[in-house]
Amino acid sequence: MNYIFDGSLPGLLTAVFEWFERKPGKVVLKSTEMFQPEAFAESLLVESNSDKADRVWKGLQKKLKKDWLRIFYCSYLSEIPEAYNHLFQFTIYIFQNELGAQNNYGNEHVIALAKYAKSVEREKHRMEAFIRFQHTADGIFYTGVDPDFNVLPLISNHFKNRYADQQWIIYDLKRKYGLHYNLSTVEEITINFTNGVNSKNPSAILLDEKEELYSVLWKDYFKSANIVARKNTKLHVQHVPKRYWKYLTEKQLS
Amino acid sequence: MSFDRIREKLNILADAAKYDVSCSSSGGTRKNDNKGLGDSHSSGICHTYTEDGRCVSLLKILLTNHCIYDCLFCVSRKSNDVKRAAFTVDEVVELTMNFYRRNYIEGLFLSSGIFKNADFTMERLLLVCKKLRLEQNYNGYIHLKTIPGASDELIKEAGLYADRMSINLEMPTEAGLKLLAPEKSHADVIKPLAFVQQNISQFAADKKLIKHIPKFVPAGQSTQMVIGATPESDKDIMYTASAFYKNFALKRVYYSGYVPISNDSRMPILGTQPPLLRENRLYQTDWLMRFYGFKVQEILNDANPNLDVDIDPKLSWAIRNMQHFPVDINKADYRMILRIPGIGVMSANKIVQARKFGKLRIDQLKKIGVAYNRAKHFITCADTPYQIKDYQGTQIKAFIMADSQSKYLKTDNNQMLLF
Repeated sequence: MNYIFDGSLPGLLTAVFEWFERKPGKVVLKSTEMFQPEAFAESLLVESNSDKADRVWKGLQKKLKKDWLRIFYCSYLSEIPEAYNHLFQFTIYIFQNELGAQNNYGNEHVIALAKYAKSVEREKHRMEAFIRFQHTADGIFYTGVDPDFNVLPLISNHFKNRYADQQWIIYDLKRKYGLHYNLSTVEEITINFTNGVNSKNPSAILLDEKEELYSVLWKDYFKSANIVARKNTKLHVQHVPKRYWKYLTEKQLS
Repeated sequence: MSFDRIREKLNILADAAKYDVSCSSSGGTRKNDNKGLGDSHSSGICHTYTEDGRCVSLLKILLTNHCIYDCLFCVSRKSNDVKRAAFTVDEVVELTMNFYRRNYIEGLFLSSGIFKNADFTMERLLLVCKKLRLEQNYNGYIHLKTIPGASDELIKEAGLYADRMSINLEMPTEAGLKLLAPEKSHADVIKPLAFVQQNISQFAADKKLIKHIPKFVPAGQSTQMVIGATPESDKDIMYTASAFYKNFALKRVYYSGYVPISNDSRMPILGTQPPLLRENRLYQTDWLMRFYGFKVQEILNDANPNLDVDIDPKLSWAIRNMQHFPVDINKADYRMILRIPGIGVMSANKIVQARKFGKLRIDQLKKIGVAYNRAKHFITCADTPYQIKDYQGTQIKAFIMADSQSKYLKTDNNQMLLF
C-alpha cells in the first residue's frame, strides 16, 4: 500500500509513527506532489503531527550519531521523490535492528541515503565555493542562486561565521526564499522583486561604485592565472560544470 | 591608485606567480572570533578552476617580480626581458580584503622575487600579513613563501600570522638545481624548512602545557619540485619527496610539470608540451604513499626506476605482485583491501563496515563504489564465479587496458588489442 505525506520533514516522520502503530506490512511512501492514484493499491493520507514527529526524531537520535542524523537530514533536503521512500524505509530498518545497523552498506536504503547525502553535500560545497557576492549601493553583499537541492539551511552557518562583519543576502530564486545576515543573526526572508529587476545580476545603478572595479580585477586575475600550454577544457568543465557558470563573475563576458 | 595601473600590476604579478602550483587552502584552524572577516574551512574550498583545470583557491601573487637571482627555470629571472612591477603593501591588503568579501577566494598566497636582499623582502611580506591580521581583523587563509636566507626572527614572526609556509626545492636533486641555478642549493631550502618545523613542534609541545598559545603555521609546510626540466628519474623525484615528507613533516609536496619559458640549451625548448601525464603519475604515487600505506620502495626501485605511463602505479604494483592476489573481500584486513586496484579509501572503509552484516556480493560491491571491472581480477567475494584459468599479470593488464580509455591518449594507435 501507499502512504501519502505532505512533503515536510515532520510529515515524513509522522508516517513512520503511523507505520509502527498499524504495522501494515510493505508500504511505499510518496509525497502528495508526486502521488498518482493507483487502481489496485490502497493508500493512506498521513497527516503531519508534530508530537508524533518529535517522538520519532527523538528515537532516531538514540539510534544514530550526529553524522548519520546529518546524512538523514541532507537526504531529505535533496527533495528527490524516491529519497522520501528510502528515508522512510531506512528509519523503519534502523528501529527494527540493533545499534550500528546504519553501517550496513550492503543494505539498499543505507547506501541510497549515503548517496543522496553525498550529492547534497557536494551541492552545499559548490554553493560555498561558487557564490559570488555583489556589493550593492546600500551596503549589502547580495547574490541570487538556484541550487539543485535545498541547501540554504546547510550553508547558513558557514557564511555567518565567515562574513561576520558585513551584511549579506543569499536568495534562492527557485524556492523563493533567502537568508539575510544583519550583523547579528541570519533571518529567512522573501523578496518581492519588482518587474524589470534582474534578480541574478542587479543593474549597475543598484551596485556600489567600486563593484565594477573589483569584478574586472577578478576577471583579469582569472585570465592571468591560466597556463595556456596546459589547457584542459574537459577537466575544467568537470570541476566547474556549465550550469554553475551563471554564478561566476569570472565567466561573465566583459 | 589608478585603475589601469593596478590592473597592469595584477596582470604581471599574477602571471609571474602562476607557476607555483600549490593552491591548497586546507588545514587552517583560524576561527572568526573577533567578529572580523573570514573563517577557515578545514578542508579548504576551491572557488573556481582555471581553463587548464587547476584549482583557484587563493589570490596568488608576487609582491614584486624584480629579482636579483638568475635561475634559468624561472620567468622572473634577472636576465629575462619581462615587464617588472611591484605592489605596495596596502594594495595587496586591499585586493585581498575585497576579493575575500565577494567570496572570490579563501585567502592570499604571497610570494616574491628577491629585491635588495632576503631580509628586506621577508620584511615586506611580513608587513602584509600583520596589516591583514592586526588592522583588518582578517582571519582568512594566508600562504606565505619563506624567503631562504631571511633572518630567523623574521621567519619566526611570520609564522605567527601565516597559516602555511613553503619553500620550493625547485629541482628534485642538487645536481639538477646546480645546473640551472648555480647560485642556489638544497641546503638553502633545508635550513629554513627545518627551522620552521622545529618551531611548529615547539609550539605544539607548549600547547599541551599552556592553553593559550598563539598559532604557528597551523596548516604546516609544503614544497614544490619542477618535473622534466632536468633528467631525473621518477625514482629520484619520489625518493626526494619521501625524504622531505619524513624529515620535515611536510603537508604536501607539489610536482610541477615544466612549462618551457626559455630557449636555453640546458632545458626543453619552447613549445615542448609540459609532461602532464608524468606529473599525474607522480601525484598518484604521492597519494599511494600518504593514504594507501605504500612505501616508496615498493613502487619505485632499481628494477623499476620509472613509473609506467600506460597504467597507474597502483595497478602496476599489483601486476608485479600477483602473489598477493586474489584478495578475499570478506576476510582480508583493511590494509590489503586498500591495495586492490579499483578500490579507494572510501570503498575500503565501507567494505570493512558492511561485511560485518553478511558476506558481500558483486552487486553490493558495485553499489558501494568499487570499480568492479578493474577490481574483479584481484578479488574474490561471496558470488565470484569459479575460474579455472589463472591469468598472468601481463594478461590482466591487457584486459584492463582493452576496456579502459586513457584520457591522455588522444589517438589510441599504440593501444592495440592483444587478442
